[in-house]
Amino acid sequence: MRTTNTRAVLRWLGILAIVAYCLAPFYWMLVSSLRRPSDQFSNSLVPNPLSLDNYDAAFDPRNGFARALVNSLVVAGSTTVLVLVLAIFAGYAIARLDFKGKGPILAIIVATSMFPGITLLVPLLDVFVDINWINTYQAMILPSMTFALPLAVWNLTAFFRQMPYELEEAAVVDGCTPGQAFRKVILPLAAPGVFTTAILAFIATWNEFIIALSVVNRKDMMTANVILSLFTGQYRYDQPFGTQMAAGVVVTIPLVLMVLFFQRRIVEGLTAGGVK
Amino acid sequence: MTAPTQTRPPAPRRRPGQAREGAHRQAAGARRRRAGIVRLAALLLSPTLLALALVVGYPVLAALRLSLTVTEEGINPETGLIERSSELGTKNYTDGFQGDTGDRFLNALWNTTTFTLATGALVTVIGVVMALIMSRAFRGRGLVRAAVLVPWAIPTVISALLWKWIFSTDGVANDILNTKILWTTEGFQAWLAVVIADTWKTAPFIGLLVLAGLQLIPAEVYEAARVDGSSAWRTFWRITLPLVKPALVVAVLFRILDLLRMFDLPFVLVGPRKESVETLSVLAWDEMSNLRFGPAAAYAMILFVYIAIVAYVFVRVLGADIIGRGVQGRK
Repeated sequence: MRTTNTRAVLRWLGILAIVAYCLAPFYWMLVSSLRRPSDQFSNSLVPNPLSLDNYDAAFDPRNGFARALVNSLVVAGSTTVLVLVLAIFAGYAIARLDFKGKGPILAIIVATSMFPGITLLVPLLDVFVDINWINTYQAMILPSMTFALPLAVWNLTAFFRQMPYELEEAAVVDGCTPGQAFRKVILPLAAPGVFTTAILAFIATWNEFIIALSVVNRKDMMTANVILSLFTGQYRYDQPFGTQMAAGVVVTIPLVLMVLFFQRRIVEGLTAGGVK
Repeated sequence: MTAPTQTRPPAPRRRPGQAREGAHRQAAGARRRRAGIVRLAALLLSPTLLALALVVGYPVLAALRLSLTVTEEGINPETGLIERSSELGTKNYTDGFQGDTGDRFLNALWNTTTFTLATGALVTVIGVVMALIMSRAFRGRGLVRAAVLVPWAIPTVISALLWKWIFSTDGVANDILNTKILWTTEGFQAWLAVVIADTWKTAPFIGLLVLAGLQLIPAEVYEAARVDGSSAWRTFWRITLPLVKPALVVAVLFRILDLLRMFDLPFVLVGPRKESVETLSVLAWDEMSNLRFGPAAAYAMILFVYIAIVAYVFVRVLGADIIGRGVQGRK
C-alpha cells in the first residue's frame, strides 16, 4: 500500500513540475507587465502595487501597436479563410475520391511545408520589389500560404478520412453526383474538422514573423510581432521590457484563451498528423 | 531495430448499385463514373496545386537561378562610373567555403547543426518524460493539457522577448542563479540561452504528441509484461518505446526540420550578425536585407538541400510515416 501511495505522490509532483515548467515563464511575463515601470527590475513574485502603466505605454500612439494588431488580424484572418477554402476541396479529393497518384500528390503537398521560409522569401522579395508589393497585405498573405496551406490540407484530409464511406454511397444511390454528395452531405458534417483546422491555421499565421519582417518597412503596415520586436518605448531604459511584456501579453491572450477553450480539439488536430 | 509494422485493415471494394445492373451496363457505367471522379478530383485539387506552384514551386526555381547569378560591381575605365554586371556562375556557392564569407557561412552551418542536435535531443528526452508522467488518467487532465499548450501557442517572437527579459543582466535568471552573466551578448552563453528558450517552447508539444501515441498502446500489453515479471525500466525500453516509436519519430522529424530553419529566436533573443548564434536562415536573411540576393539565395538553397537530406534520412532510415494516414484505407 505504501508503494502505491509514494507512486501517486511522485506522479502528482511530476504533474506539478510540468505545469510549473510550462507556465512559470508566462507568469513572469504577466507579472512583469503589471508592475510600475519604475519597479521594472523588482524580482518579487507578485507585483506590488499593481499598475497598468505598461499597457498604457504599449498602446501609446507613437508605437502604432493598436494598428499593428489590426494588421495581424487582417493577415492571419484572410490567410486562414483563403487556405481553408482551398484545403477543403483538396482534402476532400485526396481523402474520398478514388484516383491514381493521390499518394504522391499528398506527399508533395506535405513536403512543401518542410521548405525553409528563407529559401522562398529571397526570390519572392525580389519579385515583390519589382511589382511594388512591398508594404501590402497580399505580400504577407500569399507567402503565409506556404506553411498554412499544407497544414490545412493535411488536417482536413485526415478528418475527411474518418467519416464513414456509407454517407456518399447512400447519397449516390439517392441520385446525387459526386459533386452533390460533397456539397450536400459531407460538407455540413465536416464543420468540426474545418473549425479545428481554422484554429491551427490562424495560430500558425498569427505567430509568423520572418515574412512580415521582410516585406514591410512602413510602420503602419507592420504586424504586431514585428512592431513588438522594434519597440523603443517611452521610458528611459535601454530596452522597454515592461512595455514589451505588456504588449506580449496582449498578443498572446487571444491564443491562450483559444487553447483553454479548445484544448481537446487542438490536441486532436495536432496529433492527427503524427499518430493514428 | 525491428519496429512493429502497422497492420491496415483491408478496405472493402464496393460500389453502390453494383448488384442491380447488368454486366454490360455496369462496365460502361463504372467507366463513366470513374472518368467523372477523376475530373472532379482534378477540379478540386487544381487550386491548391496552382497556389503551391506559385508560392513554393516558382520561388524554389527562382532561388536556384538567383543563386547562380553572380553580380560584380566594377568601375568602368572609360566612363569612370560604377557598373554592375551579372553572369551565370557558381561563385555564390564557392564563396561560402573560402575567405571571410566562407568563415561566416561555415560558422552559420555549424550553429544550425549544433542548435538542432542539442535542442532536438533535449526536447525528445523531456517530451518523453512529460508524456510518461501524463499518461495515467487523473483529475484535471484537461487543465494540465491546456497549460502544456501555452508555450506552444505563444508566438516565438514574444517568447524570445520574454526570455531576453528573463536573461537580461538584472533579470530573474541571474537573480536565481546568483550570477551576473551577460546572457544575450556574444559567446557560449547566448547559444545556451537560445537552446533553453527553444526547449522550453517545444518540449511540451513533443510531450503531447508522444502522449497521444502512448494512449494507443493497449493496457493488456503492460499487464502481460507485469505477469512475466518485467521491471518498469525493462518494460519502458522493450515495450513502451518501440510501440510509441512511430509517433515519436514523426514528432521529432517535424521538430528537427523546424530547428534547421530556426530564425525568430536567435534573431530576436540575441540579434542578427551575432557570430555565436547566427544560423543559416539568419545569415541568408541578413544578406537579403543588404540586397545581396545572389549569396542569400545560395545559402538558402544549401539550407534547403540540408533539410531535404535530413527529411529523406528520417523517412528512409527511421521509417517516419508522414503521410500514411492520409492515403491508407480505401484505395
